[in-house]
Amino acid sequence: MLRLACPNCGERSVVEFRYGEIPIVPEELTDPEARDLDRAFMRSNIEGIVTERWFHEAGCRRWMTVRRDTRTDEVLEIVSQSSGQRSDRTA
Amino acid sequence: MNEFVEHRVKLRFADPRRTYDVVIVGGGGHGLATAYYLATRHGITNVAVLERGYIGAGNSGRNTTVIRANYGVPATVRFYQHSLELYQRLEAETGRWIMHNEKGLLWLAHTEMGLRAERARARINTACGSETVFVEPDEIKRICPQLDLAGAGRYPILGASYHPHGATARHDRVVWTYAEGAMERGVDVVQRIAVSGIRTAGDRVVGVETDQGPIDAPVVLSAVGGHVTTLCATAGVRLPIRTHPLQAFVTNHYEGTFEAIVASTELLFYASQTARGEMLIGAEIDRQPSYSYRSTFDFLSSCTGRALALLPFMGNLRILRQWTGVCDMSPDYTPVMGETGVDGLLVTTGWGTWGFKAIPAGGEAMAEMIATGRTPEMIAPFSVNRFAADRTLADRGSSGTH
Repeated sequence: MLRLACPNCGERSVVEFRYGEIPIVPEELTDPEARDLDRAFMRSNIEGIVTERWFHEAGCRRWMTVRRDTRTDEVLEIVSQSSGQRSDRTA
Repeated sequence: MNEFVEHRVKLRFADPRRTYDVVIVGGGGHGLATAYYLATRHGITNVAVLERGYIGAGNSGRNTTVIRANYGVPATVRFYQHSLELYQRLEAETGRWIMHNEKGLLWLAHTEMGLRAERARARINTACGSETVFVEPDEIKRICPQLDLAGAGRYPILGASYHPHGATARHDRVVWTYAEGAMERGVDVVQRIAVSGIRTAGDRVVGVETDQGPIDAPVVLSAVGGHVTTLCATAGVRLPIRTHPLQAFVTNHYEGTFEAIVASTELLFYASQTARGEMLIGAEIDRQPSYSYRSTFDFLSSCTGRALALLPFMGNLRILRQWTGVCDMSPDYTPVMGETGVDGLLVTTGWGTWGFKAIPAGGEAMAEMIATGRTPEMIAPFSVNRFAADRTLADRGSSGTH
């Protein structure tokens, strides 16, 4: 079971959180239109270690940045927590 | 393997050759159905289906085997209706028993908004050639007497759309039927061969890289579940796919008869009875993208809570087993099929939570595309280009799991 250690609230089940992807647009894409399209719809869908955002919806209602291995669901690191920041910056 | 497989199904697996006309990556329902239709409809048999594990080991063996066509967008209603009809004829066509069983399917509404959605579903299905009617609570009670119309006081059942040709079939028999049909016509189905990448020369595909050496082919179809973005990335193709786990469980034997398939899109769960008498329950996808195939207690506790609100008799049952598959979710909850921008490389993906029901029509369409080199009209709207063209087919409410 995936559990996330919220820096504010402590370790909680994943059902309390909302997932937020950090889109990674490939560097090779230079055309702005193509970059927008990629960012809106395309997914890297990485098998391995990803950096992602989680929103503690049923708790402190703040976003945090998490590093997780998608092959095992192991949470490697809670990188940071912040409030009021946009969740869509490139990793 | 059980007795049925040993005595009735003639599965003859092959060793890979170096060159084929067509290589299909992924020996699940979609890959094998494509091979079957290539052989039977188009006479193309110099084909290899490459499977990393054993056939049907992925999502073809991890779903809840529901066959239905009650979608919300004309293009998908027509496509799934065609698939539903191909399933109805599959036993007669192949002489194999896939345990196809028409049960009828109830989609429940608990709110005013839900009622509007189900009324609209009945209309749009009827207009596109799929049979769905709106039913009132007394009719719902007749179709499924076990339902608590009060929904434990919290989720009252106000109405439903009823899809009489909704059915289930035995998932591994579907896989074996297509595999056998393809094999006996000369298709090579290879197990325990892992495809690690797609080989290209310029803008063309020239074959695949495997753990048993390279295999050449001018046409490569990715019918991979779960790892499709990783595979296509080796050819520089970006896909609008994110992979989420989907869990399901079965209870022990329920001695009563539970004829219909019952689903609630608002409560996000669906239930049916298997041929063994077990109650089979599925629910929404997990929040996080993952390849872990890990079953969780969170899922059991939240899903059983919702199921018991509508089907209180299940409180007397025990959970026997639980499993997890992975769902390739597209942004608009509609499949992604066809060309990729690399010549000769085709994909059939985005099968999210609706892949099993699409096996016959998806396989038939991809076979036609490979044989003729043109995109069949039925799947043209499912092209990956729809996102750039602003022609997405948003149909979240029909996935049954969101």
